[in-house]
Amino acid sequence: MPGQLTSPYLVADLAEPALRRCLALAPVLFGVSLLVFALTAVALGDPARAMLGQRGDPELVQQIRREYALDAPLHVRYLTWMGRLLQGDLGTSYHQQRPVAEVIAERLPATARLALAATAAAVALGVLAGIAAALRPGSLLDHLLMTTAVIGISTPVFWLGMMLSLLFAVWLGWLPVSGYGDGAWANLVLPALTLGAIHTGTIARLARSSLLEVVRQEYVQTARAKGLGEAWVIGKHALRNALIPVVTVIGIGLADLLVGAPLTETVFAWPGLGRMLVAAVGQRDLPVVMGAVLVFAVIYVGANLLVDLACMTIDPRIRRRGR
Amino acid sequence: MAADRGRGRLVAGAGLVGLFAAGTLLAPWLAPADPTQVPASLTQMMLRPPGPGSLFGTDALGRDLLSRVLHGGRVSLAIGIGVEAVAAAIGVSLGLLAGYYGGWRDGALMRFTDVVMAFPSLILAIGLIAVFERPGLDKVAVVLVALGWTTIARVVRGEVLSVKEREYVQAARALGTPDVLLMARHVLPNVAGPVIVTATIGVGSNMVAEAGLSFLGLGAQAPTISWGSMLAEGQTFLASAPWVAVFPGLALMLAVLGVNLLGDGLRDRLDPRFRRG
Repeated sequence: MPGQLTSPYLVADLAEPALRRCLALAPVLFGVSLLVFALTAVALGDPARAMLGQRGDPELVQQIRREYALDAPLHVRYLTWMGRLLQGDLGTSYHQQRPVAEVIAERLPATARLALAATAAAVALGVLAGIAAALRPGSLLDHLLMTTAVIGISTPVFWLGMMLSLLFAVWLGWLPVSGYGDGAWANLVLPALTLGAIHTGTIARLARSSLLEVVRQEYVQTARAKGLGEAWVIGKHALRNALIPVVTVIGIGLADLLVGAPLTETVFAWPGLGRMLVAAVGQRDLPVVMGAVLVFAVIYVGANLLVDLACMTIDPRIRRRGR
Repeated sequence: MAADRGRGRLVAGAGLVGLFAAGTLLAPWLAPADPTQVPASLTQMMLRPPGPGSLFGTDALGRDLLSRVLHGGRVSLAIGIGVEAVAAAIGVSLGLLAGYYGGWRDGALMRFTDVVMAFPSLILAIGLIAVFERPGLDKVAVVLVALGWTTIARVVRGEVLSVKEREYVQAARALGTPDVLLMARHVLPNVAGPVIVTATIGVGSNMVAEAGLSFLGLGAQAPTISWGSMLAEGQTFLASAPWVAVFPGLALMLAVLGVNLLGDGLRDRLDPRFRRG
């Protein structure tokens, strides 16, 4: 397979569907920007008054109104807003009196770190549980693991976080209850397990069913017939193909991670974008709220694009389906 | 084997949902105490662990947790089912129109749902709630409806696209059956299965979303009792009085698990694509 990836044919084969997929995003991103612009416009009312208060210096109010083109028709206002956005200007936080982009940039690394750790934990635990269940289908272990997976999927992420914290931090004292701990690994464990939980269950179920499907295929039977050991058959021949659908789900699961971020970060006092968003709603710091919503959406759309491109690279059938 | 498992899920899900619905609907009669009443002897009654006097213990204001969990389920049930009913009605209507007539209506619907689905749902919900001056359960309901109809609309549209090409529908159309009648008699029954499955799973998502938003302080406000806001209180006392967080969360988890199992079981039964699996 790796040899194929560098083949010039593949690049030519990929370029067109990949480009098509990117172009299809343009209207979505345009729509996203329109929606956030509309929300901002409705929520803020008059940003000049909102920024300076009812008794603001009239001259200053006028100046801000001119700068943001507030008296202009709606499409001009949108274009002005968009122009600022493209330069990285998301407005000014009411609460902190500094650029929203700066506030968000400070919080983004903590959320990214948590999301990556959660994905890693979910993939590792999910694939292991899936293999363990699939090796002895119908066994007690299989039932136990799959029941846990279903329960994991149904458990609200914030309650799971509290229960893990109760067990491992309060009762057993193995890990810190909450906080960033200046980036210590111990502080990352519980939030990552919590945020990755839904994902872990989904991956475990998928890995199991996918592996069970693959071991029935002829080439696996052939490998067994050749007298190869079971570990070799599963590890070398079956697993590789069984994991293709899992790769897709890893990307789709990113949605769960982003959705869970505000809740998990609140439970564990994690200084990320999600907790900042919740705090900003409480403070009615609307530029920060809308900035964070926009950034979350762009990350989400971008991640989905990457997953699609990854799937196209792995699986030629998906590439051709786009035609 | 697969059919057994499907039936097992259906029965387990229906059982859990039935238990949950009965408990919350009968809460005024089942609850041993007034869920909002702060006892006069507050210092003796606050944060009492589970025991004979109060089965689930009491919270920081000395209120009986079992009574509060039973009553809190009413918010969950009302939002879960109420929001989904409205969202499904909107989704089915728009999906039918778009799928049946096609053209610009279809294009507009698909592009709009693309945009809504480009946001992680809870993030957009938080952004929409921020637009309102003050958070509250009514705003949560409005926002969840606004976001919830898109999935059903897409499901219905997809089904309609395949159904409307079938011979008997073509024949009915050729006979001059009016569009409304055609949709009601021939198209709607065919999309009912997937809609019921999607809506059941939607009920569970609504319940989780309401609890999450209330937990973050953006949903139910006191004195309204919601499992989410109870969990927010519970977090404060997690180390000293864990029962305050354990029971509302357990109730929420079991209720959502029941709804999800029911959805899975119904899908095995109603959706032909999953019938052989």
